[in-house]
Amino acid sequence: MTVVERREIALVDLLDRLLAGGVVITGDITLRIADVDLVRIDLNALISSVNAQVPSPFEESR
Amino acid sequence: MTGLRYVYAVCRPFGTPLQAQLTGVGGDPPRLLPHHGLVAVVSHVPEADFAEEPLRAHLEDLDWLTAVARAHQGVIDALTTVTTPLPLRLGTVFRDDSGVRTMMEAREESFLRTLDRLAGRVEWGVKVYLEPEPEPEAVAVPERKPMSGRDYLRQRRTRTKTHEELWQRAETFATRLHETLSARAEDSRLHAPQNPALSGASGRNVLNAAYLVPRTESEEFVEMVDRTKDGVPGIRVELTGPWAAYSFAGEETASSGEGP
Repeated sequence: MTVVERREIALVDLLDRLLAGGVVITGDITLRIADVDLVRIDLNALISSVNAQVPSPFEESR
Repeated sequence: MTGLRYVYAVCRPFGTPLQAQLTGVGGDPPRLLPHHGLVAVVSHVPEADFAEEPLRAHLEDLDWLTAVARAHQGVIDALTTVTTPLPLRLGTVFRDDSGVRTMMEAREESFLRTLDRLAGRVEWGVKVYLEPEPEPEAVAVPERKPMSGRDYLRQRRTRTKTHEELWQRAETFATRLHETLSARAEDSRLHAPQNPALSGASGRNVLNAAYLVPRTESEEFVEMVDRTKDGVPGIRVELTGPWAAYSFAGEETASSGEGP
């Protein structure tokens, strides 16, 4: 396959999938963490933590 | 009790062993936990970090989240080389092995159905950006005398109009591209446009979509995306993947072909 260069996966692309995708398990047998709280991870909190700690943890920072 | 169980994915049993040096979340190598016709891939994680309260606190910590996300992806990636995994949402934690087995038992049918639907498929991510506008006025000659109010307003109108046209063009482009790719893919999902503060990408993200494509048709799909790349000035197309089918792991696949 002539696929794009495999540079390191950008964190945002990963979070799109890991926090909004994947099977969500609900029910008493789990610790019931996955269903509600993760979806609501406050991206604003993440963003402000990125801004606070410039240089940012993302590879392609300036 | 020896910690909690972090579950990455559920798969059908596969013959090939996982890479020996593979480490998962918290540095614990992923282990296979078979139950009936399924295998869960799990790591043992400390309660101090992964019980409900500490986990919630940790998730606000970008460095911590990054490490877990990368480790999770690393395991899923390794699994895709030997099987088609059904990824679980990040942070799915059980008290013990028996909790994991109970969950597999309860959801066996739906897991098997979804695994059938995803077998041999991968996910491709396609993003469309409207490039930041070049600002020709900004490089104006320094010795030019201050412009009149009327000139200023005219310039501003022109700029706004240009911006709207660009925006419109990007929207049209993204809609058409999404239609074309959806027709080619088995399923599609629209993710929220990415925030530039988080992505660090230049330009404005107008389309952030995922497409489910049979592995065997991936080459054509990628070529199709590649052909659009140089299409329109001011618009950038980015392709990511192949991913495990994260965006298509949910049971309800109500729609394929909703517009952006």
